[in-house]
Parts: sequence; structure tokens; C-alpha cells
Amino acid sequence: MTAPTASTEAPPPLTIEGRSRGDAVYQGAITAFALCVPVLLAAIAIAIFIAGWPALRQFGLGFLTSSAWDPVQGQFGAAPAIFGTLVSSAIALAIATPLALGVSLFLSEFSPLWLRQPVAFLVDLLAAIPSVVYGLWGIFVLLPLLRSPVMPFLRDTLHLGATGLFSGPAYGASMLAAGIILSIMVLPYIASVSREVLYAVPRSQREAALALGATRWEMIRQAVLPYARSGIIGGIILGLGRALGETMAVTMVIGNRHELALSLFAPGYTMASVIANEFSEASNDLHLSALMAVGFVLFVMTLIVNAIARWLVWQVSRRASGTAA
Amino acid sequence: MTSLAPPPAVGLGQRPTQRQRAFAERAARTVRRRKVFNAAMLSVLSLAAVAATLPLIVVLAHILRMGAGSLSWNFFTQMPKPAGETGGGLANAIVGTLILVAIGSVAGLPVGIGAGLYCAEHGRSRLANAVRFLSDVLNGLPSIVMGIFAWQVLVRPMGHFSALAGGAALGAMMIPMVARTTEEMVLTVPNALREAALALGYARWRTSLTVVLRTASAGIVTGAMVALARIAGETAPLLFTALGNQFWSVSLRQPMSALPLQIYTYAISAYDDQHALAWAGALVLIVLVLGISVLARFVTRTKGGAGAGD
Repeated sequence: MTAPTASTEAPPPLTIEGRSRGDAVYQGAITAFALCVPVLLAAIAIAIFIAGWPALRQFGLGFLTSSAWDPVQGQFGAAPAIFGTLVSSAIALAIATPLALGVSLFLSEFSPLWLRQPVAFLVDLLAAIPSVVYGLWGIFVLLPLLRSPVMPFLRDTLHLGATGLFSGPAYGASMLAAGIILSIMVLPYIASVSREVLYAVPRSQREAALALGATRWEMIRQAVLPYARSGIIGGIILGLGRALGETMAVTMVIGNRHELALSLFAPGYTMASVIANEFSEASNDLHLSALMAVGFVLFVMTLIVNAIARWLVWQVSRRASGTAA
Repeated sequence: MTSLAPPPAVGLGQRPTQRQRAFAERAARTVRRRKVFNAAMLSVLSLAAVAATLPLIVVLAHILRMGAGSLSWNFFTQMPKPAGETGGGLANAIVGTLILVAIGSVAGLPVGIGAGLYCAEHGRSRLANAVRFLSDVLNGLPSIVMGIFAWQVLVRPMGHFSALAGGAALGAMMIPMVARTTEEMVLTVPNALREAALALGYARWRTSLTVVLRTASAGIVTGAMVALARIAGETAPLLFTALGNQFWSVSLRQPMSALPLQIYTYAISAYDDQHALAWAGALVLIVLVLGISVLARFVTRTKGGAGAGD
């Protein structure tokens, strides 16, 4: 080296063979890593299906519709768990959706600019709190609160007991408790997706509505929401996917009983909480296989729900980037 | 019912007719009603915003109060006592969580970053699209499903619960999260940088690893930390893999305790002393998890700006 160079590092060897060999190794490595993702998903599906197959074969479709769950007699039906999963998720969405939409619209349409970051941060933080911590809070704060005054108030003071939805003894641990805990946990997911989607609504859309004399609310109702609709629905379905599979917090407050009850005050079970609660105590191979089969049903359900949600959100983002280009 | 069509405008110097006056009044009423409705709906939305931030504050405040009351030095240094005895701590669970998260990162980070790089470099190829979509799907998979999967393929064949199986389950959960953020961050690296490196004679692999990856490192670190924070708080994947352990154990082939597992066990126990430990554990876990998340934001804000100027 005669001429001083600015770089302290020697340039890499320029042999073509060396370079292409390195490239081949690198490409091979990242392709292998990328393949891990589909392989992992397939492995999960296959492993759980195989483990659940004995129970699925023995009970057939009846596994989904029967409500008998008796490890001693070897009778297994997942209907109460499936029902509980759907009901608790429905309660969660019913509570969380209006709140999530409200906070997202507040942030995207008329909040002062300085409030945007902190409020969005606080809501997102809800998703960072571990499930088991929500469960702990649920056991020691939410359940006593439900036992009295909330449940007696709903049942007796508001006379909602007659509807059948809010009847029976107020234990605290119940489908309602699970739904409430779940609503807090899915709120950040719905809120963050709908916030992104609302931010992506073009300004011109809003300006056009305002120029025609719409009030802010009319602008939201007639110009913003229709534009963002499918994305918001995607966010809600994404929240549904979360709610279906939440395990710890639900297990800790739902009461864990195999029962099909109409009343939201009654204890119940979800698919995830059956597995969490009974797996380590599974008495025989068929019981274990039934739990695996429950896991497989849960897997398929969340797979479908998530796929739909992602597809909807992608549709919106593609349209948004299409109009920007 | 009078017609809804507007009457002819009031001419210059003329007095408005009966019909014109009625129309103007009706129009004013409509505007008033719309304004009132507008104000009402905007207040409802603001209330919803307040209500959405309330749970966080309520939950955090309660954990802070209960946890701080039962947190002591012993919590960090002592082992769990048998049920019914007072005192004791969760030293093994804290160490266990750190070890499990470390195993998870060792298993999950390289794969996640590699898959993310692949997606970024092969933009619209079929595998890249599949990986992107399946990562999102995998991300939404219930963690309990990951738990029974790890039990089926690791614990069952090995014949015993182990920290390794728990760490592997956590690592598998990290892959899709890290893959997605890595891709996003790599795509923000300007193409000019890549082209400059290639023009200087750098091989493609070297460009990717030393120029592109390094430029995107702040964002990737953030993504990795967010993923870490999430798996550190997971209980369900550990229930049937790491299982939990009442004793001191750092062996990867043995069952291992973890903070979330201990919180779960203590929360559903019948003893007040254990409840207190559960609250203290929850506080430590929250500080750990939120600490990592907040730190991650901080990393992006400071290093991200400096990194772009490099």
C-alpha cells in the first residue's frame, strides 16, 4: 500500500468465486430461516392433530356438540368449552369495540395534537401487561367487585334477572367476569389497528365532507367511517382472535366448570382454560387426547379468524397505498 | 305538511313571506339540532377515550400499591417457603425467567431476523408473501397451543419437563414477531446505501449483514425487545414445559421456575402470605416487562436518529 486510504479496513477480496460462494451460503441460510415459519405452523397443526386424533376418532363430530365431559367414564364433549369461548369473546368484543373505536376516533379526528402520543401509548401499554397479572387483579379486585355490588345490582335493582342472562347466585367467578377481563385485554389490539386505519383515511375525504357543511360528527359518520370500515372490522376480528385464545386471565376468573348455562353469572369454561386447567392432571390417554383435540379445534378457529382479519387489514392498506401512488 | 323545497329567495327591499320565514326557522332548527348532536357525540367519544385509558391506570395503581407493600429484600434473595410458612422469596423464579427468556432469544432471534431479511430482500416472491402472512397468523396463535405443541414434540419424547422445552416454546413465539419487525426495519434502509456498498465491490451477503442490517439495527433491537417483553410475561407456554420448580435449579434439563408461573400458583392458593408474594411478583414482572417496552421506545428515538445520520 503506497497511497494512504481513508478507510482503515482492507477492501474485501474481489474474487468472483469467493463472493458467489458467500452469497450462496447467505441466501441458503436466510431461505432456511424463512422456511422455518411455514414449517413451524405445519408442525404445530400436524403434531396437535395426531395427538388429538384418538379422541376425535372415537367421538367424531359429537366431540363438538356433546356436553358430557367425564374423565372417569371416558366421555368427552367440547360443547361447553366452545360455547364458553364464544360467549366470553362476544362479551369482550361488545365492551371493547365501542371503547376502542371511541378512543381511536378521538385521537384521529379531534384530539389536541399533544394528547395523541401519550393516550395512544397508554392504550398500547394495556397489551404489554402479562395475562397472569390481569388474572391476579381479576381474582382479588374484579371478582369481589362483581360479587357485590355489581351482580346483585344488575339482577335485583335493574331487574335484569328476569331475562335469564343475569340470574342465579352471584359467585363472582363467571362468564361475565371472563368477558370483562378479556375486554380489557383485547381493547389495545382493536384500538391500535383502527387507529392506524383511521390515520390512513385521506385528508381530502374529511375536507370534502366539511366543505359540504357537515359537522364533525357527520364527517366521521359519513366520510371517515365508511372509508375505514373494512380495516376496523379487521381490527375487531383480530381482537376476536386474541380473545378466543387468551388463557391465564380467563382460567383464573371464569370458574372452570363444564356447564352450558345461559346466565352470564354462571361459571363456565373456555377451550384454552380447559387445557390449562386439566392438562397436567389428565388421568388417562383418552383424557389427554381429548384435551389435545380441544387444542386442535382452538387452533383451527384462531387460524381462520386471524387469516380473515389479516386479509381485511391488508385490503385497506393496499387501497391506501394505491391512492397515495 | 309544507313542501321541503326552498322558497324563492327574499328579494331586495321586500319583506319575507310567511313561507320564507317558516323555512328559515326550520333551517335554523335543523342546524341547531345537528350542532347539539355533534357536541353530544364528540363528548361520548371523549368519554370513551377516558374510559379506554382508565383500566391501565386502575390495574397499575393497584399492583403498585399491593406489590410495594409486600416487596422486600428477601423477595429477591430467598427461596419459596412451603405453603403456610411466612416469608420466603422468589429468587429462583426471577433467575428462571431470565434463563428461559435467554433460551428463547437464542432460539428465536436468529431465525426471526433471518426470515425478516429474506422477506425484505425477496419482496414479492411467493415464499416471502407466504412467510409474511403466516407470521401474522402464527402471531395470533394462542400461547397455550404453543405450550401443548412443545409438550407433544419435546417433553413427551424426552420423558420429562425441562427448561429447554419451555425456552424453545418461548423462542418459537418470538420468531414471527421478530421476523415482521425486522422486515419493516430493513425496508426503511435507503437503497442508495445498498448500492454504494455493492459498487465498492462488497459481496451481497456482506452488504446485507454489515451495511443493511447494521443501519437497521436500532429498529431491529427495538423489535427484539418488544418480543422479549412479551415472552417474559407468558405463562401458558410454560405450564406443561418448564412446569415450575420450588427449588433452586439452573439446569436446563430440569423443570424450572418462572415468575409468571409462580404468580399463577400463588394467586390461586389459599394462603395470604402467598397472595402477598404473588402481588410482589406481579410488580416485579410488570416493572421488567414495561421497563423493556419503554426502553425499546427510547432506543428507537435516540439511536434511530443517530443511526440515520451515520
